[in-house]
Amino acid sequence: MSTASREFLRRAAEKSADLTHRETLRRVVDNCNTSMESGRTRFADWEAARQRCHEIKWEALNNLDRYLLEFEQRVKERGGIVFWAENSAEACRYVTDLATSRSVHKVVKSKSMVAEEIHLGPALEKVGIEDIETDLGEFIVQLRNEPPYHIVAPAMHLTRKDIAALFKEKLGDVDTDDPQELVAAARRALRRAFFSAEMGITGANFLVADAGMIALTTNEGNDRLCTSIPRIHVAIAGIEKVIPRLQDLALFWPVLATAGTGQPITCYNTLIGGPRQENELDGPEEFHVVLLDNGRSELLADAEQRDVLHCIRCGACLNACPVFRTVGGHTYGTTYQGPIGSVLTPHLRGLNEFQHLSYASSLCGACTDVCPVKIDLHHHLLENRRDAVRSADRPFTERVGFQIWRWTMQSARRFELLGWLARAAMRVAHGMRLEGTPLDPLGPWSKNHASPVGPKKSFRALWGRANGGN
Amino acid sequence: MKISLFIPCFVDQLMPEVGLDTVRVLRRLGYEVEFPRDQTCCGQPAFNSGYWDDARPVAERFLQVFSSAEVIVCPSGSCTTMVRNFYPRLLADSPMKEKAVEVGRRVFEFSEFLSRVAKTADVGAAFPHRVTYHDACHALRELRLKQEPRELLRHVRGLELVEMQYSEECCGFGGTFATKFAMISGAMGNSKAGNAEVSGAEYITSTDPSCLLHIDGILRRRNSKVRAIYLAGILAQTSSAAERRAGAAATETAR
Repeated sequence: MSTASREFLRRAAEKSADLTHRETLRRVVDNCNTSMESGRTRFADWEAARQRCHEIKWEALNNLDRYLLEFEQRVKERGGIVFWAENSAEACRYVTDLATSRSVHKVVKSKSMVAEEIHLGPALEKVGIEDIETDLGEFIVQLRNEPPYHIVAPAMHLTRKDIAALFKEKLGDVDTDDPQELVAAARRALRRAFFSAEMGITGANFLVADAGMIALTTNEGNDRLCTSIPRIHVAIAGIEKVIPRLQDLALFWPVLATAGTGQPITCYNTLIGGPRQENELDGPEEFHVVLLDNGRSELLADAEQRDVLHCIRCGACLNACPVFRTVGGHTYGTTYQGPIGSVLTPHLRGLNEFQHLSYASSLCGACTDVCPVKIDLHHHLLENRRDAVRSADRPFTERVGFQIWRWTMQSARRFELLGWLARAAMRVAHGMRLEGTPLDPLGPWSKNHASPVGPKKSFRALWGRANGGN
Repeated sequence: MKISLFIPCFVDQLMPEVGLDTVRVLRRLGYEVEFPRDQTCCGQPAFNSGYWDDARPVAERFLQVFSSAEVIVCPSGSCTTMVRNFYPRLLADSPMKEKAVEVGRRVFEFSEFLSRVAKTADVGAAFPHRVTYHDACHALRELRLKQEPRELLRHVRGLELVEMQYSEECCGFGGTFATKFAMISGAMGNSKAGNAEVSGAEYITSTDPSCLLHIDGILRRRNSKVRAIYLAGILAQTSSAAERRAGAAATETAR
């Protein structure tokens, strides 16, 4: 069992038993799901919208080379610089080298999951650069020294009271749990950061190929301050973020907003195509785009699971997932939580270490039903399990167990005999009150369940008696 | 029409009454029912655990056993899903792939068979109790059955169908998930049990006996008043007393 797996089990046990945590989570997620449901009705045909998004992403990914080069060309034409990063280390080094060579001391960051994925924050700190998250949720979890809890709502697990206590301790100039005043306190701190930072770092919700622009979506407008005040703007994006045409945003913007939060459209949608041009009054002096691969090309080569790269990071699958709602975001121990994280992480960080995430699902399929770009999420979990059995460490007992199972199931007589033995064992164990002891044949089942009463006769035995042996 | 019963392995061994009730309902509707005795398991436990190479021969064996069946009815949405939706995937490189697709067209989940093939909503059952329906995941999201089982329940004399909150939320069974991740599964199961209790129902029913095996164990552990019962368990009941009561009520309404 991998370290990540042991940690997952430990945290899952803790969070599953934490009713307060589950109630907080349930409340927030329910709100989200209710708005999403009503949001979907604003579309003439939500299913058609999903299908179209799926097709556009499919087109983009199947012509990824062409669209990325087109994007790069356009950005260069406007004086921007594009850097192709093979992996996290390369991406981090590019940003830290750039920052050091331009005497940057402070960086403001607009929410970026890719920056989390490559651990950019710690990399900047290492070279002595202060980095400040400017999305309110990210700002809060950064103050708590925690990773984001949810790809869209990083501080989803915290109540107003938690945040009040945190601000009182860390910011000092506020002592209230009034939401308005708490936001005002965060704003004061963040304004200071915006005006003193030399570099702004953002992600990109979309890379628009024909326009050569990055598209940013936020509810707080912090991305606009990050990209207009500091003298350098660096955008980091996974290569899968490309979409062919500017007009595709007419569909993707409302779909992302609806799937993410239920909003008709997110408050701030911004397109940026380069540094400040000659005739322009504001904007950064330098504009860099880091295009990150980090395992994505390999996923692209996987015909079965290529559609995982369709993901627009809306978070809908997390909100729909009953396992996420039970264990919460931090339990996963991954950058991307919930179903998309369980599918994607083994590809990015190794199947052996993260195979447990594919098993930590009841395969209910709620994620696949809500995904706005129609990623076949829960079936990919099945495929990851199959791949784990083929190439990763699985328990010896499990491997042998399924060999015995296979041998048993290939003969009705063997099945009948072993079934009879198992039921007899269950009845004996029940009679001897062995439930919950190490000798309990039902094992962990007895943790949650009153034991089933092993019936004396199987269906086939009863059928034989009633139907003259048919 | 002759129906071949596909009895899931765990139903055969642990919940034989589910199979018997299924037979009762089908026979009451006039169908000839047979049970191919050579059947064992559809292969889902191995398939879901990632052991596709072990699941494959068991799936191929299933197809042989049922190859000449006219119509196959299964009291489980999950096992029906395995055959209809997952066999073509599992057997993609097998010489039996065509057979899988063909048999898949002839296999029906019990409530699906009643509503879509037999086109019956009223099976003449009586069950004077308050019942809530749990949307089992495979029936709901793989077979797209939502109203079918509810329609059957609505036509049961004396039965009051109450909807619980989060009826579409997974109960947390998920096969080996229930033992591998018992803490998560238990939390989900207790949440489901709690919702059933709050609904005021006396019984919780579903299209999947596997969900119900799990929910039943949890309900009994909680000393709950709610009991789990498989859909056919309700549809098989025709208490004449209940029928008389329902009949009188109907006359009353007619007046």
